[in-house]
Amino acid sequence: MSDPLIRIENLSRRFQSGGGLFSAPRAMLAVRDVSLTVGRGEALGVVGESGCGKSTLARLVLRLIEPTGGRVVFDGTDLTTLSAGGMRRMRRRMAMVFQDPYSSLDPRYTLASVLAEPFRVQGQTFPAGKVAELLEAVGLPAAMATSHPHQLSGGQRQRVGIARALALHPDFVVLDEPTASLDVSIQAQIIALLSDLRERLGLTYLFISHDLGLVRYFCDRIVVMYLGAVVEILPQAQAAPRHPYTAALMQSGFAPDPVHRRRIEPLSGEIPSPFALPPGCAFAGRCPRASDRCRAEVPALSGDPAHPVACFHPL
Amino acid sequence: MSALLQMDEVSVAIGTAALLDRISLTVERGQILGLVGESGSGKSLTAMAAMGLLPLIGGRVTGGAVRFDGQDMAAMTDSQRRGLRGGRIGFVTQNPMTALDPVQRIGAQVDIVSRLHLGLSRAAARARTLDLLTQLRIPEAAAVAEAWPHQLSGGMKQRIVIAMALAGEPDLIIADEPTTALDVTVQAQIIQILGSLVRDRGLALLLITHDMGVVAQVCDRVAVLYAGRMAEEGPVGPIFAAPAHPYTAALIGCIPQEGMAKGTLRGIAGAVPSAAAFPPGCRFHPRCPRATAECSSTVPVLAARGAGRVACHHAGGAA
Repeated sequence: MSDPLIRIENLSRRFQSGGGLFSAPRAMLAVRDVSLTVGRGEALGVVGESGCGKSTLARLVLRLIEPTGGRVVFDGTDLTTLSAGGMRRMRRRMAMVFQDPYSSLDPRYTLASVLAEPFRVQGQTFPAGKVAELLEAVGLPAAMATSHPHQLSGGQRQRVGIARALALHPDFVVLDEPTASLDVSIQAQIIALLSDLRERLGLTYLFISHDLGLVRYFCDRIVVMYLGAVVEILPQAQAAPRHPYTAALMQSGFAPDPVHRRRIEPLSGEIPSPFALPPGCAFAGRCPRASDRCRAEVPALSGDPAHPVACFHPL
Repeated sequence: MSALLQMDEVSVAIGTAALLDRISLTVERGQILGLVGESGSGKSLTAMAAMGLLPLIGGRVTGGAVRFDGQDMAAMTDSQRRGLRGGRIGFVTQNPMTALDPVQRIGAQVDIVSRLHLGLSRAAARARTLDLLTQLRIPEAAAVAEAWPHQLSGGMKQRIVIAMALAGEPDLIIADEPTTALDVTVQAQIIQILGSLVRDRGLALLLITHDMGVVAQVCDRVAVLYAGRMAEEGPVGPIFAAPAHPYTAALIGCIPQEGMAKGTLRGIAGAVPSAAAFPPGCRFHPRCPRATAECSSTVPVLAARGAGRVACHHAGGAA
């Protein structure tokens, strides 16, 4: 892959909590030393369970929050050193679709004003006919321009969220669990729409999800995160997992096929608190292959550069 | 053998809105019935009707009968129905975060169920609680019983909610989307716990879900609802092998599967209509690929087909 669109280098973000009158502040690393590239026109999936840092990573990449360390290089420009004005100009090329289509649209705005807002923010004039064009691109009737968000179903709202993201013709779109709050039937519609748009507009996607089955269907490469760190990068969606956690995620999916009922062997235990990470591999406490070394030493993401894994005992 | 829960052409209305139209289903001991459909299809309302909880939301049964272990629920007194709920009928809610009282310790919340329904003493109830928590593979049950809800993770809280449902010695458990609020790996744990309860204790489970994958992996039978009506019902094997109703086929087709080619997942166009806008004829016809003129004028009857039943003028699959 020549010249990636985005290069993420050693990105970290620390959060602090507490520190009131009676408690000492506690710190956690929501994202720990993450390095990735996103190729032009690629759909890169990021999967993991709650608290794995996938949404923090998405926000760091768009610099919606500032990193504690590391940098993000977008098409040759280091975003982390850009001025506010420089960043605003750069934002024309990147957009985000949020998880919850209920809280990400202003209830007082008509759809036309929702779609005009990106132009207003960028100080651009709003081209005539743009509302109809955007609504049509996401499969909504142009007559909806005067509707308010409360008149729309969840699926229609998410289509508006996508139209807003596309308004300024970005190259890169971050999709943060865009279907997590929707019915499966509507989820499939939205996924089909996102696939069509990617093909038609040559978009590059960073697709954040907790659903490995969906990510394997939709994405080219898959980044698996656990407690803030990347544990494996699958070079193709259908590649066999090497990290025991990735394998466990695949095992946890319910295939709609009663003939091949899998004996689901659920992982024991739950994700440890990010404020009190165990020494060694963060997954060791739940891992069937864990050894003494795993409980003492943190494995680095290494091995085949096309399919790196952070594990002392990969499958 | 008589069914434990039997709903016979049950219709439900809230105010003037007729929301459920002749729902018929049965759940037997040792069996898991999956109840599926999109949001707004009437799954949760069916569960409320089964528990006699409709008055809580201003609803009422306008036709048909709900029988629990052969007894007509409508003929019971309020206190008899109250005795069933939490006793012989256990309920597991969707969101464990709101199902527990935040200002009461875990143990006390589980204890109260067996004290009320089984008349156990304080000490006996606590012993039973600790036993249940251990059976649900909760480590350090005694410590957890002394904990507050906010100190537990979501998966742990859902196990506590299941323990509460089990504490009254239920014969039937109704679980309304018990895993949607949980992480994927924890989901698998909870589904497996529910499945083994049914097999090991001979419980009956009515499992409400929107996930056809869960149905395929754990249910014995499945009932598919659409816009307040039954679309199809039957044993899981044949229904997944050859769904007779186009809506069932579409729901199965919404789940991305291993090795599925990109671009094949299309979803179901449109959305479930609201009760005010139910179309005439088959309510699915505006979204249906097989719809003809007949579908928009005549309501299809739920007719026997193989080991199940289907309501469609153009039912496909093997008869």
